[in-house]
Amino acid sequence: MEWYAIDSWIVLVGVLAAAACALPGNFLVLQRMSLMGDAISHSVLPGLAIAFMVTQARSSIAMFVGAALAGLLTALLTNWISRLAKVDRGASMGIVFTSFFALGLLLIVRAADHVDLDPGCVLYGAMELAPLDVAWTLNVVGQVLEVPRAVLVLGAVFCLNLGIVFLFFKELCVASFDPDMARAQGIPVAFLFNGLMALVAITTVAAFEAVGSILVIAMLIVPPSAAYLLTRRLSAMILVSMLLAGISAFLGHLGALLFPSWLGFTGTSTSGMMAVAAGFLFFLTILFSPTGGLLRRKYKNNV
Amino acid sequence: MFDGAALWEVLSLRDYNTRLVILCSLLLGAASGPMGAYFLLRRRSLMGDVLSHATLPGVALAFLLSVWLGGGGKSLPLLLTGAAITGLLGCGAVQFIRDHTRIKDDAAMGIVLSVFFGAGVVLLGFIQSMPQGSAAGLESFIYGKTASMVRGDFSLLSGVALVVLFVPFLLFKEFRLLCFDEGFAVVQGWPVKWLDALLLGLLTLIVVAGLQAVGLILIIAFLVIPAASARFWTERLDYMLVLSAFFGGLSGWMGASLSALAPGLPSGALIVLVATAGFLLSLVFGLERGLFIRLIWGKVRQGRGAVL
Repeated sequence: MEWYAIDSWIVLVGVLAAAACALPGNFLVLQRMSLMGDAISHSVLPGLAIAFMVTQARSSIAMFVGAALAGLLTALLTNWISRLAKVDRGASMGIVFTSFFALGLLLIVRAADHVDLDPGCVLYGAMELAPLDVAWTLNVVGQVLEVPRAVLVLGAVFCLNLGIVFLFFKELCVASFDPDMARAQGIPVAFLFNGLMALVAITTVAAFEAVGSILVIAMLIVPPSAAYLLTRRLSAMILVSMLLAGISAFLGHLGALLFPSWLGFTGTSTSGMMAVAAGFLFFLTILFSPTGGLLRRKYKNNV
Repeated sequence: MFDGAALWEVLSLRDYNTRLVILCSLLLGAASGPMGAYFLLRRRSLMGDVLSHATLPGVALAFLLSVWLGGGGKSLPLLLTGAAITGLLGCGAVQFIRDHTRIKDDAAMGIVLSVFFGAGVVLLGFIQSMPQGSAAGLESFIYGKTASMVRGDFSLLSGVALVVLFVPFLLFKEFRLLCFDEGFAVVQGWPVKWLDALLLGLLTLIVVAGLQAVGLILIIAFLVIPAASARFWTERLDYMLVLSAFFGGLSGWMGASLSALAPGLPSGALIVLVATAGFLLSLVFGLERGLFIRLIWGKVRQGRGAVL
């Protein structure tokens, strides 16, 4: 196995995307809205279609805004239906995203037959190609650094998430664990929730384009869930989830380099491998977690 | 847009292809409705979503296996078996995580969905890198097209639909207890784990049969929307089962007919949107929990009380 500069960039893109997703993912897991990433990955379709119809071009800014708005609307409608109509959250999420997806399909077929909007491209994401889209060429002590656009975008999203979670940490903490108390303290819980959903929508849409939805859906849930098993403090949970997300991105790329040749293939999907790596780490956590791991419990019972 | 003759042509089911599509959609909707109702009451509406994603590694593995054994890789029974196996494994994994950790249901479902789908994407990546490169068409298995169903789909779907419709009515009392008071069912000595497994097995059947006939989004919608609509009309499980079968069948029939009248519009999307319209109508006018009736009773208390 040989390691090139491009591998470092892929890992960096993966780590940034994974950590950026894991940050708001912690709150999704705590608020029992874990499948939001999956829902948004389907419901961005009408946003993309409408953005295309309005601008008549595939400008990435308009597409981004359309998709992010559709994602935010999914979250808000899900919450609204489940509260107003007393429908289970999972069900209302399912209703909203399937309807959005159907609407998007219809819009695409009706208005833009000739458009090349490939859902597969959005779903799988060509992470291996991300480093080829160079946004910035740096000259650092004689060495040329070609910074990919994905690194800049994901880095910005990561910083945004980190900043917001850091600034509103106390409020988010109270609102996640005890909404009633948060309300009594005068914290605008609904506003905080909507802001969080906006953050999730922006993060997922920004990351879809660079790394594909499967990595996003996985990183929103799997590292935070593993962290949830490892600690009972929110601050520690967030830190651990980011750490685990980063490690899974690295392990995933390593796996994508090594496994195919062992099995006699020539290559595979890096983002899929990163999701599998996150699952592997989660499995290890279930087994070996010092607080509630299966092995520990078994050992305790024997003693 | 619609003239009388064309309307009659569609409603009388005279055209062979139209008849096939409409009947399949109707059957699938009617069979998914009651299944969805059970899962809605167990607060696991999105289990169908998880299952349909968890089938991907199975499809890919079955493909790899058959190529390795020297076949072409496109044998439908083999692919369906693979899909069912990893789908069931996914259900088992959700159950395991729920039983053995403090992770909640929704997160367990999300973890299984994303990791299994990720594994599927990895395996598809292997397949695409194969020199034979016969992977083309494997993805259309996952994103099936409603309008291109054939006779074989119909036989498979109607068989599955019959089983899936029949068993829940047969085991009505047991499943009712499972939905409303699992703890009591355990204490009473019911084999709760087996009942749960049976329910998941039936779900797997319908998802796998539906996936390749109508595609992922429509099967998820069929499993969620009719049941959620039926919930607005009744507080009784037996009525709810019948109503959700009715809503599912009705949206399948109406959506497929609409798409036959307006060629070029994707029938799956139309069926979903018809079901959504039914949901919105039920949400407003439902006689038991609709907004209108609750407004009259002065019972709109946002975000208070139990969700179900």
